[in-house]
Amino acid sequence: MVKMTIAEALRQAIREEMRRDERVFCIGEDIGIEGGFGGAFTVTLGLSQEFGHERILDTPISETAIAGLAIGAAVAGMRPIADVQYGDFLFCMMDQLANQAAKLRYMSGGTLNVPMVMRAPVGATARGAQHAQSLEAFFTHIPGLKVVSPATAYDAKGLLKSAVRDDNPVLIFEHKLLYGSKGARSEKGALSPVGEVPEEEYLVPIGKGVVRRPGKDVTIVANLLMLYRALGAAETLSSQGVQVEVIDPRTLVPLDKELILGSVRKTGRLVIVEEDNLTNGWGAEIAAIVADEAFVWLDAPIKRVAAPDVPAPFAPVLEREYVPSEQKIIDAVLSIL
Amino acid sequence: MNSEIQPEISSSVLPDQELLINIFRTMFLIRRFEETTNELYMEGRIPSTLHLYIGQEAVATGVCANLRTGDYVLSTHRPHGHSLAKGVAPQAIMAELFGKATGCCKGKGGSMHVGDIQVGVLPAMAIVGANVPIAAGTALAAKMQKTGGVTVCFFGDGAANEGAWHEGLNAAAIWDLPVVFVCENNLYAASTPFSTSFKIQNVAERHSAYGMPGAVVDGNDVLAVYHVAKEAIERARTGTGPTLIECMTYRQCGHSRSDPRTYRTHEEEDEWKQRDPIPRFRKWLVEQGKAEAGRLDGVEQEVEQTIKAAIAFADASPAPDPGDVYRDVFKE
Repeated sequence: MVKMTIAEALRQAIREEMRRDERVFCIGEDIGIEGGFGGAFTVTLGLSQEFGHERILDTPISETAIAGLAIGAAVAGMRPIADVQYGDFLFCMMDQLANQAAKLRYMSGGTLNVPMVMRAPVGATARGAQHAQSLEAFFTHIPGLKVVSPATAYDAKGLLKSAVRDDNPVLIFEHKLLYGSKGARSEKGALSPVGEVPEEEYLVPIGKGVVRRPGKDVTIVANLLMLYRALGAAETLSSQGVQVEVIDPRTLVPLDKELILGSVRKTGRLVIVEEDNLTNGWGAEIAAIVADEAFVWLDAPIKRVAAPDVPAPFAPVLEREYVPSEQKIIDAVLSIL
Repeated sequence: MNSEIQPEISSSVLPDQELLINIFRTMFLIRRFEETTNELYMEGRIPSTLHLYIGQEAVATGVCANLRTGDYVLSTHRPHGHSLAKGVAPQAIMAELFGKATGCCKGKGGSMHVGDIQVGVLPAMAIVGANVPIAAGTALAAKMQKTGGVTVCFFGDGAANEGAWHEGLNAAAIWDLPVVFVCENNLYAASTPFSTSFKIQNVAERHSAYGMPGAVVDGNDVLAVYHVAKEAIERARTGTGPTLIECMTYRQCGHSRSDPRTYRTHEEEDEWKQRDPIPRFRKWLVEQGKAEAGRLDGVEQEVEQTIKAAIAFADASPAPDPGDVYRDVFKE
């Protein structure tokens, strides 16, 4: 095992896949410029030295083109890993993702594939409303896209490698406060979780969640930064005699429904935590699934903890109110005991 | 037409006789295919709207006559002509229009998404301008793979005011990608006249903004289109980069099947009918001694048989299984 940050794990995944398969290349803004950033959060730092600028391809500020180039290259036999600096910029390329990448295979009658990866940082980090959103839910609503949100270095590497080998468009949402990026690109208030990553090759399958902490009283489903807040809340609640089971879905499409249903059958209580705005988030979908398929196992209403239905604010005091806190998670759990 | 912005395009030798006759065959096939689908639509046998290519046949035909199987074509909401010209089987397109399981998209695409990747035609993209950056992407792949393959991206004049168009052209230009952008300027974006959407006279004037050659060509003169496209495609194939070609043409029908065309005059329509690319080319072939009228009659009869066979095939084909709706979303 080797200890590394998520940024390092993602970089290692890219390096291994590019060495393994010459069809794999990276495309995005500021990803390979000498003396540049290595992407907004250092993930591609140094890769152009090994692979050259033809395979670490710096683009103009043209998000629609980044997506279109990735789609076209993927249809024509390449394996692009595209990069947007902030997830919010995905809206600039929404037609390419929602109308093209997601639908080309289906509307061709399954005669072609779009094996592309789109990596996007999410999360509120004192940058105001346009560099802050958690966007996973938007993309779970579009059939034809896979949606992944790794919260540990182990998963980041294993899921990115699986995404590169997947024959479908895969969106990978990464949290800015979890990268552990160093130097000028380090984030204030970041958790920088350093994880253990095997030295030998491994993959994490897309579509499998994981139990991060076992418990018998309440199930919490949480991804990305919220996973860590949920684990913190579970620790606090444990000292009050409440045993919380924390599930990291890791992948939202396809969703590991059985893992969640199985946990709810055991605990009878469910809290879902997401950093996205409350209304129609992916948490709402999980709540609906559980209400539909595990209703008789529920001993209490399902609770959602999410950002309120307002844009992400700037001032630290406002942002702290906006992003779900450990205390809000604890309150939600206690309200259904 | 306007020759002032044809910096690197010059005319070249004529194609041989067989190619000339094939060009006639393809144009006539597209015309009769479209006229027939219109009739089938009126009879209620095609469950869709249609964006007919009638009047613009010389563009797809003249361009695609220069392409190889491994080259890519990206098309639009008006795609039947592009697909036919690049070699998608007429019966597979017809079956698709009928919504049959044997269609080129197994009944999942319909009129606006026909294509066949086996012959290099991506499913047509019916969001205006969206195919432009994707065409840069297939061209990028060809460059990285060193296949020598070329991508042709067709779009209408309306597409040139979409953001995706600008991003796609710029990316293609900065990396010298092997792609040819072919604007079919039929003077109207749906009902909106060209002059209300452009301060410039021609879309191709924008070539210099991206640092690529541009050309304006009579899009109803199939040989003119052929020659301009040939040069651009050779430029692309030899790694010299993209070209922007604007073909001046006219759709003889409405934008879609529900369009009464009250935004244009009968005089204008009549004027363009005089320039109909098919009789014009037929006359030229005969007058220049390239083909006897009887030979061309024979070609036309063959095309009629092809169309009949396509309808029979589509008619006899099974509808998709309702359960097919759940398939082909993801590759397993």
